[in-house]
Amino acid sequence: MSYFSDIYKGIKTLLTGMSVTGKYFITSKKGAITQQYPDNRDTLKMFDRFRGEVIMPHNEENEHRCTGCQKCEIACPNGTIEIIWDRGIDEETGKKKKKIDQFVYHLSMCTMCGLCIDVCPTDAIEWGQNFENSVYDRTALTRVLNKPDSKLMKGVED
Amino acid sequence: MILLSITENIHNWLFSVMPAGVASIVEMVLIAIVYLTVFAVAGLFLVLLERRVAAWFQLRIGPNRVGFQGLLQTMADAIKLLTKELTGTDRADKFLYNLAPYFVIISALMALAVIPFSKDFHAFDINIGLFFLIAISSIGVIGILLGGWSSNNKFAIIGAMRSGVQTISYELSVGLSLLTMVVITGTLQLSEIIEIQKSGWLIVQGHIPAIIAFMVFMISGTAETNRAPFDMVEAESELGAGFHTEYSGMKFAYFFLAEFINMFIIAAIAATVFFGGWLSPFGITESIPELGVFWFLIKTMVLVFLMMWFRWTFPRLRVDQLLTLEWKYLLPINLVNIVLMAVLVWLNLTIRW
Ligand code: SF4
Ligand code: SF4
Repeated sequence: MSYFSDIYKGIKTLLTGMSVTGKYFITSKKGAITQQYPDNRDTLKMFDRFRGEVIMPHNEENEHRCTGCQKCEIACPNGTIEIIWDRGIDEETGKKKKKIDQFVYHLSMCTMCGLCIDVCPTDAIEWGQNFENSVYDRTALTRVLNKPDSKLMKGVED
Repeated sequence: MILLSITENIHNWLFSVMPAGVASIVEMVLIAIVYLTVFAVAGLFLVLLERRVAAWFQLRIGPNRVGFQGLLQTMADAIKLLTKELTGTDRADKFLYNLAPYFVIISALMALAVIPFSKDFHAFDINIGLFFLIAISSIGVIGILLGGWSSNNKFAIIGAMRSGVQTISYELSVGLSLLTMVVITGTLQLSEIIEIQKSGWLIVQGHIPAIIAFMVFMISGTAETNRAPFDMVEAESELGAGFHTEYSGMKFAYFFLAEFINMFIIAAIAATVFFGGWLSPFGITESIPELGVFWFLIKTMVLVFLMMWFRWTFPRLRVDQLLTLEWKYLLPINLVNIVLMAVLVWLNLTIRW
């Protein structure tokens, strides 16, 4: 008689499934797990965990916190970061010192894994909140993160 | 009534300005054009409905950008498809390849002609209406087989062969479950089937066997339209897009539209045969016959929603499970059910008022 109990079980499990999706259907208005595309630019508040791109913040005097230690370059699993460095004369001590010339970031290769940000000893880089990353030409995806003529912030290395 | 008087006027005017033969041909062409436009648009809105309903089932929002709440989304999609290049494969059988989409869409549209939308909105009321529907709904599979075979692609042909297996099997259940209801009605003409339901919808009149027949019909009807959970014909994760892998642009759109029109047809048949078609529940609006279309569409939409619910709930069947379901479960149940129904009608156990 497993024939009839099979039918019964089949119908029962199907109805169980349908009740689950039915509940989702009814509650979907409130509980949608997707977001509307953010049209509300003025009031928009992005989320702390959001990973848009890697940026390097500068202060008003055009100074950043990157010492050029290249830890991020080594940490990056897919070679997204290229640090072109140079030696300059330190004003205080007059000795030669390593500094970055260009912090090159290939957005097209970045997987947003966050290892570079975790590893940076001076918190020089962090997550940007830009969510419109598409461009018409892929050369625009190769970015130099430090601004021209920017310097290392004082006291970072201490 | 207004609509009816307009059609009446057009009818009289046509017959007054030209000979009777020409006039009736012109009339048929006009009706065909009206049906084509109405159902092309209706099909597009069904696609939109499916996408929104699917989104809600999966806790998403769905397309809501183009027009109010996304109402023009599928129109925009159709226009985009119209402008796309029609690609093809090397060494495809060009003639059959181009013929296949028309087969599918024409058979879908032909079935619409016999469906009674209301007492007067009924293009073609033949005395074998139900039989005609069963026959025409299985012609579409020829288009699928042609498309799969002629596009010279292994995914396409696997999909087409699966479609053949599936349609041959489930055709039987669709036919038998409808025949169960014919045992009560004693007629195949759709207008008379509805006439009989003035003393209770058939699902009430035939109670237990009618409910079983309805369940079997919905299951096999879903299989007939190749929708999930019976969408092995297209099985995106296994076969690319199945039989229409190689189609693009408008020819692809025909397949797509035909699927949705077929879904509408299955729901419309179920609404007509089991739920009284354009009759209002308990005859509450019997004095206003214009509301017939409204009631018909409500019932059909509820059933369409049911099919969408199936689709977004159940996982896809394997081929052997599909055949087991049909030949070991649905078919025997159906046969017993017919006998049960016959006994019921013989002993006059049907519920009428
Ligand atoms: S960003 Fe941080 S880890 Fe990378 S080179 Fe600069 S200081 Fe070192
Ligand atoms: S987020 Fe990951 S992939 Fe992107 S630059 Fe940093 S380490 Fe490389």
